[in-house]
Amino acid sequence: MLPLLWMFGMSIRPNEDILGSFALIPQRVTFDNYVTFFTDVSWYSSYLNSIIYTSLNAVMSLIVALPAAYAFSRFRFAGDKHLFFWLLTNRMAPPAVFLLPFFQIYQSVGLFDTHLGVAIAHMLFNVPLAVWILEGFMSGIPREIDETAAIDGYSLPRFFVRIFLPMIRSAIGVTLFFCFMFSWVELLIARTITSVDAKPIAATMTRTVSAAGVDWALLATAGVLTIVPGAIVIWFVRNYIAKGFALGRV
Amino acid sequence: MTAGSQVSGEVVTAAPAEPQETRADLKRKDNRAWWLVLPVVVSVAFTAIIPLMTVVNFSVQDVFSPSDRVFVGLDWFYEAVRRPENREAFVRTLLFSAQVLLVEIPLGVAIAVAMPRRGFWVSAALVLVALPLLIPWNVVGTIWQIFARADIGLGGWTINNVLGIGFNYTLDSTDAWITILVMDVWHWTPLVALLAYAGLRSIPEPYFQAAQIDGASGWATFRHIQLPRLRGVLTIAILLRFMDSFMIYTEPFVVTGGGPGNATSFLSILLSKMAVGQFDVGPAGAFSLIYFLIVQVLCYVFFTVLTRSGR
Repeated sequence: MLPLLWMFGMSIRPNEDILGSFALIPQRVTFDNYVTFFTDVSWYSSYLNSIIYTSLNAVMSLIVALPAAYAFSRFRFAGDKHLFFWLLTNRMAPPAVFLLPFFQIYQSVGLFDTHLGVAIAHMLFNVPLAVWILEGFMSGIPREIDETAAIDGYSLPRFFVRIFLPMIRSAIGVTLFFCFMFSWVELLIARTITSVDAKPIAATMTRTVSAAGVDWALLATAGVLTIVPGAIVIWFVRNYIAKGFALGRV
Repeated sequence: MTAGSQVSGEVVTAAPAEPQETRADLKRKDNRAWWLVLPVVVSVAFTAIIPLMTVVNFSVQDVFSPSDRVFVGLDWFYEAVRRPENREAFVRTLLFSAQVLLVEIPLGVAIAVAMPRRGFWVSAALVLVALPLLIPWNVVGTIWQIFARADIGLGGWTINNVLGIGFNYTLDSTDAWITILVMDVWHWTPLVALLAYAGLRSIPEPYFQAAQIDGASGWATFRHIQLPRLRGVLTIAILLRFMDSFMIYTEPFVVTGGGPGNATSFLSILLSKMAVGQFDVGPAGAFSLIYFLIVQVLCYVFFTVLTRSGR
């Protein structure tokens, strides 16, 4: 907790005080840094960029993963175990490996520096994760429910939307949260395949570091603000978070 | 995926999954489920397989310009293995992962055991513990970059001026290593703790009551009831922590940029320097593939060893 509080402390004092001398308690409290953040277009637009592509990614990953997770939890089919493990290995693949190809491919298909592009790139690790989490939760729901619904005359899509989805509400929430979170915290890929229009907040921050004379206070402000979305989302899924972290397998 | 699957033994056609047909044979063997998995396979193919093919392509060619390429066979692979800095980075990364596991797994379990089990404090403790996980990785780096600074950071200042130990992560390689390690422990131990906590919560209450009646000590309860039950989640924890620490990039990049010298240049940092920094696509491609294969093999070994021992 201490490093977090320290950063918050830095974000509300002027830059000269930070560099001038060490002080535990800020002598002068100012919100100028926050004002700067929300008035400087390069800062707040990249903040928005991040929110846009993470949300897009979370929704896309969920839509793709839902039927697959259902298939894994309800059916046995040729190669299912291998496919399942293969998905996991993609979650484990080092992003650095994909940097160069992503860069080249995205430039050639026109996805470079777009929100959609980043969202698709992040599906690399979020789709497997979503499938694993959803499969864990779905397997916890008795199959008799499927059968009863089938006897009652529900077709598979209708059953899925009307009965099954409401039953796994919490799983969907947790999955969305995880996709959002991992997309939100990822920098390496997002930075490589964007330049201006879809630049993530994280990249804006590293640029400030590398510039001559570091604006520590503004940096700390941006840091505090990047935690906010995650902290808001986590409150809603707090009771399921542990299960989600265990990929729904507890 | 339990027994009782081949009851009907009907021949399954490759027709698209018609809802009418799937009704009767839920939980049976059914290759039409492939249609449900198809979107995932397509999306992962686009995000994982095609890029990998490109890497393979790069790794066997010398690229002068997009139109001017020469096939060079396995030259880049030899070079990637021969370069001493690559080998050093590999050893360094492996060492780092080992240290991370040794510290974080026991610590995480300890935190999970200490966490409250019911009441209001459960939510509060969960959110507090999970908070470091929600911070973008580069912000984690930024936080520690500032926090550990000897002149203006609370952590670094305390070590230097209160404990009287000379500490400067920008100059001393050991200090840099410790900073990165402490940062990783701070950042990721919560994951282990949450996993272990989820595992502990799944232990039925009667187990503990029985232990209490038998007069088991706290340690005995932990050793014989809690620890065995944690095997499953700890498998996942070890796997995730190993993989993530093995491909750590952002945090050390922000804090030290791989320095001082090469003290914290892990594999990912080295690789991205090669690929995006110098546009050495050939060696970078070969190096990526070797890196990727190492990760896959280690992942598979871990996975099988850990899941076998659990059975």
